[in-house]
Amino acid sequence: MRLIFEYSKAGKEGFFVEEEEGKEIIPENLLRPEIEVLPEVSEREVVSHYLRLSALNYSVDWGFYPLGSCTMKYNPKINEEVASFFTEAHPLLPEELVQGYLRVFKELEEALKEITGLDAFTLAPAAGAHGEFTGIITVRNYLEARGERREVVLIPDSAHGTNPATAALSGFRAVEIPSDEKGMIDLEKFKAALNEKVAALMITNPNTLGIFEENIKEISRLLHEVGAFLYMDGANMNALLGQVKVADLGVDVIHLNLHKTFSTPHGGGGPGSGPVGVVEKLAPYLPGPRLVESNGLLLWEEAEGRIRSFYGNFLVMVKALAYIKELGGEGLKEVSEIAVLNSRYLRKRLEKKFKVAYPTETLHEFVLSDETFRDKISTLDLAKRLLDYGFHPPTVYFPLIVHGALMIEPTETESRETLDRFAEAMEKILDEAEKDPEVVKTAPHSTPVGRLDEVGAARKPILTWTQYKEKQD
Amino acid sequence: MSRYIPITQRDREEMLKALGLSSGEELFSSIPQDLRGKSEIKIEPLRSEAALKEYFLSLSRQNSFQDKKVFLGAGAYYHYIPYAVDYLASRSEFLTPYTPYQPEVSQGTLAATFEFQTYMAALTGLEVANASMYEGASATAEAALMALRIRRGDIAVARSLHPQYRQVLRTYLEKQGVELVEIPFREDGRVDLNSLKELDNLSAFIVGYPNFFGVIEDLEAIQGVLKEKGALLVTSTWEALSLALLKPPGAFAASIAAGEAQSFGLPLAYGGPYVGFFATLKKYVWKMPGRLVGMTRDSQGRRGFVLTLSAREQHIRRGRATSNICSNEAWCAVRGAIYLSLLGKKGLRKLALLNHRRAVFASELLSEAGFKLAFSAPFFNEFVVDLGGDAEEFRRRLLERGFVAGYPLGRDYPELKNHLLLTFTEMNSRQDIEALVREMEALK
Repeated sequence: MRLIFEYSKAGKEGFFVEEEEGKEIIPENLLRPEIEVLPEVSEREVVSHYLRLSALNYSVDWGFYPLGSCTMKYNPKINEEVASFFTEAHPLLPEELVQGYLRVFKELEEALKEITGLDAFTLAPAAGAHGEFTGIITVRNYLEARGERREVVLIPDSAHGTNPATAALSGFRAVEIPSDEKGMIDLEKFKAALNEKVAALMITNPNTLGIFEENIKEISRLLHEVGAFLYMDGANMNALLGQVKVADLGVDVIHLNLHKTFSTPHGGGGPGSGPVGVVEKLAPYLPGPRLVESNGLLLWEEAEGRIRSFYGNFLVMVKALAYIKELGGEGLKEVSEIAVLNSRYLRKRLEKKFKVAYPTETLHEFVLSDETFRDKISTLDLAKRLLDYGFHPPTVYFPLIVHGALMIEPTETESRETLDRFAEAMEKILDEAEKDPEVVKTAPHSTPVGRLDEVGAARKPILTWTQYKEKQD
Repeated sequence: MSRYIPITQRDREEMLKALGLSSGEELFSSIPQDLRGKSEIKIEPLRSEAALKEYFLSLSRQNSFQDKKVFLGAGAYYHYIPYAVDYLASRSEFLTPYTPYQPEVSQGTLAATFEFQTYMAALTGLEVANASMYEGASATAEAALMALRIRRGDIAVARSLHPQYRQVLRTYLEKQGVELVEIPFREDGRVDLNSLKELDNLSAFIVGYPNFFGVIEDLEAIQGVLKEKGALLVTSTWEALSLALLKPPGAFAASIAAGEAQSFGLPLAYGGPYVGFFATLKKYVWKMPGRLVGMTRDSQGRRGFVLTLSAREQHIRRGRATSNICSNEAWCAVRGAIYLSLLGKKGLRKLALLNHRRAVFASELLSEAGFKLAFSAPFFNEFVVDLGGDAEEFRRRLLERGFVAGYPLGRDYPELKNHLLLTFTEMNSRQDIEALVREMEALK
């Protein structure tokens, strides 16, 4: 595969820039020479290069992408079109000129309040982990305002890695709570860890095993008893839309992922958007700026604790709002119902030959362990072989509490036929593992490149073309 | 069912039956009944695509900036985006995958990201750059946190750093219990070196390059002070186009250069999504936040790309990760790579020069019209005018005449309430600049 630098030839141009005479005032000693690694290529070659690169990617639009806890649902096309109505405004324009933009913020805030039952939202966070940081420092701000110093954030052992990393970034110590035999937070161990040093528990619900934490209300009550808060990681909100309001679960803070639950494209790893919602008593401690309405005019009000420049990943918000508006309350409820139906159906189908990690009932996703195949092939082998069958593999080796985990989230935007074909492919691979394990162990065979040397990549990292060229010479 | 759900009512019934269930409700029997109270979402659907489109068109019609002439920058910049950027980036293959956890089917995103890393390392004059950060302010805060991993101590920040970036720095650092010391600016708009000299126990100094007043800092002099203290130089750049012209941070032995690359192919979109960049030296690579793409070989010896050095990251190291960042701005970085490839070696420099010349042209017209430039140090494409009277009021009156004339600095610097930060890019024609100056003169 060639990189753009390899098309470069002196004298080619990819974009016309006006030549304009004029004075310059930057002294010579502050100027740089031309940047050698920047290529000289024509537009024709740029288009061809990136078109070819794009063809090397698997995507949701192409096919099934059951990446657990990532909610890789179909991204509606009209949402791209309506977002294109909102690309031109500078973020520092006077508010009276951009009321349409501000109305989008307002409408989305109101919609998310209605969906969660919570009292206030900030839309500023750029992604889920950024939302976690925002939510946890909101709790911290509240506690500090009351002169309370608490050191600990409790986190179940099935949680995403971002949770403990967020606790550390927010100046807390993460204390892990083990799961019980049902795959839920071990209530007794949670009680043992709970004391007045605890600021919050970060819960994912349904958790990363796809299991609803049935004791959540009790957990919330116990936290509140010692003056701590219940933070919910909303990564798996797709299971709950219209089925429960998280406020009724005793949740004090939540971050949502607009790029998961609300269908905005994942972009190969962003941009996301991670709005944070809170109960009334935390609302004054949300980082600024805040949107306020005065005589029908929407305005920004500065508040302490900014977490990024400007107001958030606006275009992502437009697309999420379009999704919510199109489906409405009933449509969102249908989303969670079919997401769970598809997941349960696929689970049932796969249970014939595979071992589900915990027997407990699951919602929108489920996790297989490698128990039925680990003596022949690894989870990684199976994942790579799925690529040959035209499927993106599930999330692998996560959650950490399941041996050789395969975490499968089909979402509501897949047909029954697709689920059946995926299950057949999984079973076929199991069959191959029996009869011809080599073909699985050396997979994939039909992808643009074969299995890549990740160890070598980390041992002697080549992170830029410049570095690569230096090593060549 | 909605048009996005390829399940028929009959499928639904059969699938429920296969599960031994008689209703959709039963799918949720694992949720305690008492928690499932009033769960109804009261939002009316807009099922018709035409109606949905009309709804958003009607919202966009509530905007009224389109006929104004805008001279705003201050962290986000009007630049022309070649059509090929939108055309390529809007392909499903770039837009609809997730993080390239399966590199065999993600080479497109990985290769383009590798190109972006190459571009940002070259522009900053440093050795390595990551796949992207959320945006400039949080990237700068992460730079401070990384500096602390290299060297403990206080963090000093120039008062002339973008005010929002300073706020974000404060948010991130105060949670770590780290002291943030503010360094004032001199009369010429540059950092006051004497205040910097007075500090000891310094981890790093963070300076805008160019700074919030558009002024190009003297990084050599700053580095002179820092070297003696053993402290690190960290730069933050929110007009990345300036790096096509200015001697890069790496040439002044900066340890980290972070910032915002919105100028490279991203629309203003009222503040996001943008794309943070983050560059440093090879020797610090294990201390970096964020994703990194590395070049490697496949089983048959062919070139390929993978996410690498991930033992720094939250999904492996959890509470001891270098950052909690997971999703970043991958698609925006791909846009950046396409943009920079199109502009290329000559085009990018020409564009930077054009921006600079337009700003110089404006500054000369304003001087001729009797306006005073607040700072004497050189600038790139924005500068500060001292109006001698309230800048908010002046801007309001200019708005009545159809001009959004810059950013009034009094909002962030009480001592500069008569000052206006004006920005000029290739999108502001010479005619528009002349018209602006005429109007300003008339209001004087």
